Amino acid sequence: MAETICRALRDGSLAGEHAPALTIKDSIPSPFGFDAFTHFLCSLSSNILAAKSQSQGIVLIAFTKSPSFYYDLLKSRGIDASSTSKWLRILDCYSDPLGWRDGVGVNGISSTETVCKNVRDLDGLFSEILRLGKEMVGSSKARFSVAIDSITVMLRHAALSCVSGLINNLRSHDNVSCVFWLIHSDLHEVRTIAVLEYMSSMVASLEPMNVAAKEQRSDSESIFSLKQYSRKGKFHLRLKRRNGRVKVMSEEFHVEQAGIKFAVYSVTNEIVSQSLIPKVQFNLQLSEKERSDRENVVLPFEHQEIGKTSEIYDGRRSLSGYATDLITTSASVAEKRHSEADIVGKGEIHYLRDSDDEEMPDSDEDPDDDLDI
Amino acid sequence: MDRFVNLLDETLVHIPSSKGRVILIEDQVETSGDFVLHHLIKRSLSTESSEIVIFVALSKTFSHYDRILRKLRENGKFVFIDMLKLECPDGDEGNGVGGGLMDLYRKIQKAVEVNASTLPEQSKCVTIMMDDLSLLEVAAKGSSTYVLDFLHYCHTLTLENGCSLVVLNHNDIYSSNTVPTLILQMEYLADLIVMTEPLVTASSFVQLTVLNKGTTDEQGSSRRKLHNFHFKVKENIVEYFYPGSRA
Repeated sequence: MAETICRALRDGSLAGEHAPALTIKDSIPSPFGFDAFTHFLCSLSSNILAAKSQSQGIVLIAFTKSPSFYYDLLKSRGIDASSTSKWLRILDCYSDPLGWRDGVGVNGISSTETVCKNVRDLDGLFSEILRLGKEMVGSSKARFSVAIDSITVMLRHAALSCVSGLINNLRSHDNVSCVFWLIHSDLHEVRTIAVLEYMSSMVASLEPMNVAAKEQRSDSESIFSLKQYSRKGKFHLRLKRRNGRVKVMSEEFHVEQAGIKFAVYSVTNEIVSQSLIPKVQFNLQLSEKERSDRENVVLPFEHQEIGKTSEIYDGRRSLSGYATDLITTSASVAEKRHSEADIVGKGEIHYLRDSDDEEMPDSDEDPDDDLDI
Repeated sequence: MDRFVNLLDETLVHIPSSKGRVILIEDQVETSGDFVLHHLIKRSLSTESSEIVIFVALSKTFSHYDRILRKLRENGKFVFIDMLKLECPDGDEGNGVGGGLMDLYRKIQKAVEVNASTLPEQSKCVTIMMDDLSLLEVAAKGSSTYVLDFLHYCHTLTLENGCSLVVLNHNDIYSSNTVPTLILQMEYLADLIVMTEPLVTASSFVQLTVLNKGTTDEQGSSRRKLHNFHFKVKENIVEYFYPGSRA
């Protein structure tokens, strides 16, 4: 499922359509959105390096981490960082977003970074993104991707309408292949999140494993209220198709040292069954052997004549079926069953009547007829 | 005394005090978190580490900290920036609130640059501490946006100059109805969160929770851990112990 997102980002946009956009949102009980962001960033980077993707480069707008952090990250994920000048541009909105810093500039500026000194000016930011992107990919037809590492910070500096305008302009631009961004959902109003979700074709949200923890959000002690403080969580994806169909998928994730890992929903069932079923004396679950035994039981309505093809009655008797029926007379049926039972090794049921009391079990007589009340 | 102090140190020891760490101390009105701040100052200035502490005082005077640090055989350097009377100018005159905080940031930046240059490259370690972030919010006319901008700039300093940032804030002064942006933002930013809270049952003990978000360090090891223990502040020392180990 995370794979679905990687593929969608790789394939990019169709001519005449808006570029696919991905919102990644998280909250304090499960603050691993940035891990998911870097996962998709690295996946897209390796696709670009392998020339599998529509886009030929990434413009990364860095608000929460320094450019050097991203170079280290790419290196640690085994992505060749030496060729970054060909496919990566970092618009550094981290080092000096408001131009407060005086004196010497930020050290170590390379050809791939540009420092933005006024992040409040989103028009300037937009033209800067386009300039960097076009300069990187060269030809006028080639496309590039745009990654924003925190819309949350962007929203602190600019109004929602300006931010959504920027995103819309990016999505509808001919040179943009895809756009993706991260947002911390609990730092904004619900409507802000909704606006951004409307503008994205994919919404990935990271939630804690235990729902109870989520409900405790109203408490002031939020981050500490999680007794089972976990690096695992649920990963939900809402996918909007071109025809308007919406698909919702779920997965679970686990944050490891090497990054975030996604897995199919399996453990959840276990957790749910463990937590919901009350502790009882007897066994509710089947062991592996019991399960296989149960599967081997041939049910009475199933075809039991092993070695013969099963025939489904279609309302008419086929000629061959009629012939065999003639041969098997009623007398031989019992005999045949006997021999078959011996071959297969199946048991038989013998019914011995216990006493004469049951002599007329199906009698129409009322058994309480003789009662004199 | 050592044994008790060790418990807090144990949880803090995993933070390499060197590069780019943000520690947030959250306290409540009944349980002041000042002693954690004092502990961290002492730890930074102790004979072993000999760091430089740049202290931005917003709530307590210099003589207060002087009294606390008097017994300490200082090895590091304590730079005290007195901001007790900090008040940002109104929007109309000068650069407004942002301008006031920008001046403060430049003061810190200068202090960091001047002092960091005196240290050898390997042991470059500067800690910026703030003793009450909520008062900064007051000085900024209640605008958390400016405070966050200011914190962001302090955060950029941590990466470049091998600083760490220690900030104290109160967690019970934000209404639960409105989104408590500042404290939540700080929680996203922080690598380590220390919270003090009162216990309902035992009035003399207070609970201390340490959450190490443990972003992966250079060795590639990541320790995301939640520690929980109780403490009792006494006349001269603070006793730390595991819950239930003391009557």
